[in-house]
Amino acid sequence: MSRDFWRAFANNYGAVIGLALLLAVVLMAAFADVIYPRSPWSMVTTPFQPPLSDDVLLGSDTLGRDIAAGIVHGSRVSLLIGLTSSAVALFIGVTLGALAGYFGGWVDDAIMRFTELFQTIPNFVLAVVLVAIFTPSIGSLVAAIAIVSWPPLARLARGEFLSLRSREFVLAAVTTGQSTTRIILREILPNSLSPIIVAASLTVATAILLESALSFLGLGDPNMMSWGYMIGASRTVIRQAWWMSFFPGIAILITVLAINLVGEGLNDALNPKLARKGRGR
Amino acid sequence: MAKIGLFLARRLVKAAIILFFIVLINFALIRAAPGDPASVMAGEAGASDERYVELLRQRFGLDEPLHTQMFIYVTSVFQGDLGYSYRQGRNVSALILERLPATLLLTVTAFVFALAMGVLLGTLAAMKVGRWADTAITTLALISYATPLFWLGLMLILLFSVQLGWLPSFGFESVGAGFTGIDRMLDVAAHMVLPVLTLGLFYMAVYTRLTRSSILEIHDMDFVKTARSKGVTEGKVMVFHVLRNAILPVITFAGFQAGHLIGGSILVETVFAWPGIGRLAFNALLQRDYQVLLGVFVVTSILVLLFNIITDLLYTIVDPRIEVE
Repeated sequence: MSRDFWRAFANNYGAVIGLALLLAVVLMAAFADVIYPRSPWSMVTTPFQPPLSDDVLLGSDTLGRDIAAGIVHGSRVSLLIGLTSSAVALFIGVTLGALAGYFGGWVDDAIMRFTELFQTIPNFVLAVVLVAIFTPSIGSLVAAIAIVSWPPLARLARGEFLSLRSREFVLAAVTTGQSTTRIILREILPNSLSPIIVAASLTVATAILLESALSFLGLGDPNMMSWGYMIGASRTVIRQAWWMSFFPGIAILITVLAINLVGEGLNDALNPKLARKGRGR
Repeated sequence: MAKIGLFLARRLVKAAIILFFIVLINFALIRAAPGDPASVMAGEAGASDERYVELLRQRFGLDEPLHTQMFIYVTSVFQGDLGYSYRQGRNVSALILERLPATLLLTVTAFVFALAMGVLLGTLAAMKVGRWADTAITTLALISYATPLFWLGLMLILLFSVQLGWLPSFGFESVGAGFTGIDRMLDVAAHMVLPVLTLGLFYMAVYTRLTRSSILEIHDMDFVKTARSKGVTEGKVMVFHVLRNAILPVITFAGFQAGHLIGGSILVETVFAWPGIGRLAFNALLQRDYQVLLGVFVVTSILVLLFNIITDLLYTIVDPRIEVE
């Protein structure tokens, strides 16, 4: 499977480009302290320096901070919050979806009503309210983003479990007296993993967009430099200094685009039949 | 007609139940916040004023047991009472109602724009699958899909207002211009172009991708082949056979997305100083005016429920197979 998988993935130019971009962002986050040893909050030059000035490649902001340093350090927050909140959302979503799909009946009904409720609530508004009330921090951001991101994952997991539940290998496991937990974790879950992985990768992209939007509104963690914060802090001076909001936005765009491209590549490589059907070929 | 009435009644009951739970969540949020609920509700606004906090404590019966408090809260919300904003010196429901038309105008226009353009572009891409038009549309959709809303808005302002000077960059209409009639409508429309584009582009991308894949899935099905072999022209096959079926998942999804669209209006209204409830929410956020923020939460949820009912009705009208049951 793995050789076919890599061949299918490598045949998709978009996915390869996405993977390369994503790797660049990950390296940037990992070596932020090496590339820009000084804190991104420290004032390094005169304010309002345009890009390509002597010591600041992408210009400086209203307080003379280096935009490039902010972008490099900001990649940490984006990736950290994107990954952890998606992991939490994945855990909630798959657990609920698995229970609903496996047990069916009233359990399914109750869980799906609950999911529906959370899909009705305007997710961004809920995230704003949650972070505002529980005061902005990495923890509250991760929790808020996870709380608004799990419903699609739960629906997906439920669908997978529902269709696998009645397959022979699961029935065989039931008749041989395996425990329910074991059947769910060892028999069904591994077989429903590929669509869930794809959906999870797209969740990371949405989570990064959500984080940037919250930081833009001033709800980011006050101790960590983030791309959304940089744009929010300089939006009032956009007429005089376009570069302060332009470059952090490009950073968000590239990161999210890269993750989406990788997600699509995964989708095509993991579910070749689905991909072909979707394209009508 | 009676069928539609029954359908509507059932959907309204369901919506009311969901709304009840949303109000409960609201109540839970106030309770779960660290610190005294009264001072949470008062926010920074009332922190200095003991009398106001005392007033809140009385009004919500905060000395009573929890279930009584919940009952008081839920009934007051269902009576249209969303609390009082100390900072603004007015009732929250009055504040929100006043701002609601601007938000509705923005979100509904953006929704219609996104849906119409998305279906159009998706159909075009599907008809030219694999050719340059398809590649161009798919790429545009991919990039729109990854662009942060608020940043797109700022960049549009930079291009169309600052550089080109074609369109106004903020507000609902020109202040002090004193336009009336058609002139005023045109003025508001000019102010709407950038916010609608900003809010609509992301969803346009979503609907484009969905329409494209949905059409590609359907256009080789048997009933389409039958239509073709009967000699129906290609254009008619596309509109009456393929599109009519392909659009169904798009409508379902659009209903799901309504909540996201309304949430996005907080960002768009903040960027463009659009005088709607999103802007109200942002100001409430700056002032830690939680009463207003939670009020916006309830009202936007109601809007989503309404959007959902409308898309469900739309679905039953478009769907060639089933009637409203």
